[in-house]
Amino acid sequence: MAKQGKLGRGVAIVGAGMSKFGAFNDKISRDLFVEAFQDMKASVDKGFDPNDIQCLYVSAFSPELFEMQAHLAPIMANAVGLVHKPATRIEGACASGALAMRQGMMAIASGLCDMVLIGGVEKMSNLATEQVQDTLAAAGDTAYEAPTGFTFPGLYAALATAHMARYGTKVEDFMRIAIKNHNNGALNPKGQFNQSIRQIMDARKKKCAEKGQYCIDYKVEMDFLNDAAANPVVAWPLRLFDCSPITDGAACLLLVAEEIARDFTDKPIHIIGSGQASDYPQHEREDMTTIKAVRLAAQEAYEMAGVKPADIQVTEVHDCFTSAEILAMEDLGYFKPGTAVRAVEEGVTARDGAKPINTSGGLKSKGHPVGATGLAQTMEIFKQLRGEAGGRQLPGKNLRLGLTHSVGATGATSAIHIYERR
Amino acid sequence: MEQKTLITSTNFNVFLAQKRLMASKCRKCGALFLPPRAICPTCWESELEWVELSGKGKLAAFTCISITPTWMAAAGYGRNNPYCSGIIQTTEGPKIACRIEGVDARDPESIKIGTLVEVDIRERTQGDKKIPYLAFKVA
Repeated sequence: MAKQGKLGRGVAIVGAGMSKFGAFNDKISRDLFVEAFQDMKASVDKGFDPNDIQCLYVSAFSPELFEMQAHLAPIMANAVGLVHKPATRIEGACASGALAMRQGMMAIASGLCDMVLIGGVEKMSNLATEQVQDTLAAAGDTAYEAPTGFTFPGLYAALATAHMARYGTKVEDFMRIAIKNHNNGALNPKGQFNQSIRQIMDARKKKCAEKGQYCIDYKVEMDFLNDAAANPVVAWPLRLFDCSPITDGAACLLLVAEEIARDFTDKPIHIIGSGQASDYPQHEREDMTTIKAVRLAAQEAYEMAGVKPADIQVTEVHDCFTSAEILAMEDLGYFKPGTAVRAVEEGVTARDGAKPINTSGGLKSKGHPVGATGLAQTMEIFKQLRGEAGGRQLPGKNLRLGLTHSVGATGATSAIHIYERR
Repeated sequence: MEQKTLITSTNFNVFLAQKRLMASKCRKCGALFLPPRAICPTCWESELEWVELSGKGKLAAFTCISITPTWMAAAGYGRNNPYCSGIIQTTEGPKIACRIEGVDARDPESIKIGTLVEVDIRERTQGDKKIPYLAFKVA
């Protein structure tokens, strides 16, 4: 069965926007979606007529359980004034956004549409933490994994123990990822935390002083992260600061056919590679130190784009847990298995390093509204490649190639995309 | 009798209630599946049969969970009383998720991957129902 592995015609992103990420008592999904749509609309340099949007792909993981709202796509379409346009919900757990973008890309590449709106949203903060655990665990295998008490952090924690046992990875290696991503996130005003771990430590100290309470004077971030009171275990070896937060948020992209892209902007970002793959539930896998779906999807995307891992200049990976960022870097072929932690320690993946990863702050610091996450990742690449990433813009580089890495659950779904500024 | 029992996850749990850990086996190529599969993805044979496993294996991955789902919180687990869940590689080959008993979940660094374990099927109470669940304990 031969596969062409090429798009029927080119597809470009001409607009990208997101809502503020955080926990918002006064907003439901549609409010967040409208906020992201407005931000996207403002980002299209030469403007566009929303009536020209021909269809929508809406990504959301579980509005049914989070908000008791199913059938989200037409509601989102209506909220942004596109009531009669075909609107389709796409769900692939935490990879939902990347899958929705891939569907939109295929709608354009096929010739069916010239302009497609991709919008992702999740409103998670209505539920108590334990109920969120129930809901996220539904992305795993509820017949065989969930009944044994596995939570979603628990599944990633089990992957982490396999990596630790094989390569000698340490909990401090996970903590370094949190420090790096919070440093980047401190420069992202739309992110949930928007604070470095140092700033979080200082804020706590100030609060304690105001209340006249004793506060441990941590010398370095690692002391704070190693303190079980400040950073409690969620699912060992993962602690609170290894986990992405519970987030409300939305993100939108405007995709058009390549040949009309310059009608909307002089700086379109082209999607030149796309790959998607599936895998067993975690417990059935041969090797738990790697995610095979990521390797397969990445291979497909690299081949379509005609580029190598070493060519990628800016990357957003799915760091739902700090340990996941380590697997991502190895599965994308950036570093050999077992060696990514050394690269992190040497600063290679920091914002001023040779292979910057998660300049947005990643899911860890920016927040992880599940259905919106993949699109917010693409937005960061869009901004970086166009030189519009503000205070976190990568310095002194002629940025041309970027990549996003999305994983659903612990890798039963993965989608990888490669982007080019020409 | 077992040959006539459909290969479904419901029936896996029926066996579990009888304290039996059952896998499915392809009659054509002999491949073994846990969780049980109804179709062999190697040769696409749909004539599979139930086979009982030895119940022995080793720990392949684990975690000690402090922030629990609602139903584990209701059973008294949480920050001060974590529990261990893991993935076992059975002696016969396939892996499966389960609870790990006979370890100290408060001291995860004492738990070692590769530890030999044996099946220890348990049940939990939910309302007036008894629900069996798969557990392994340190052998």
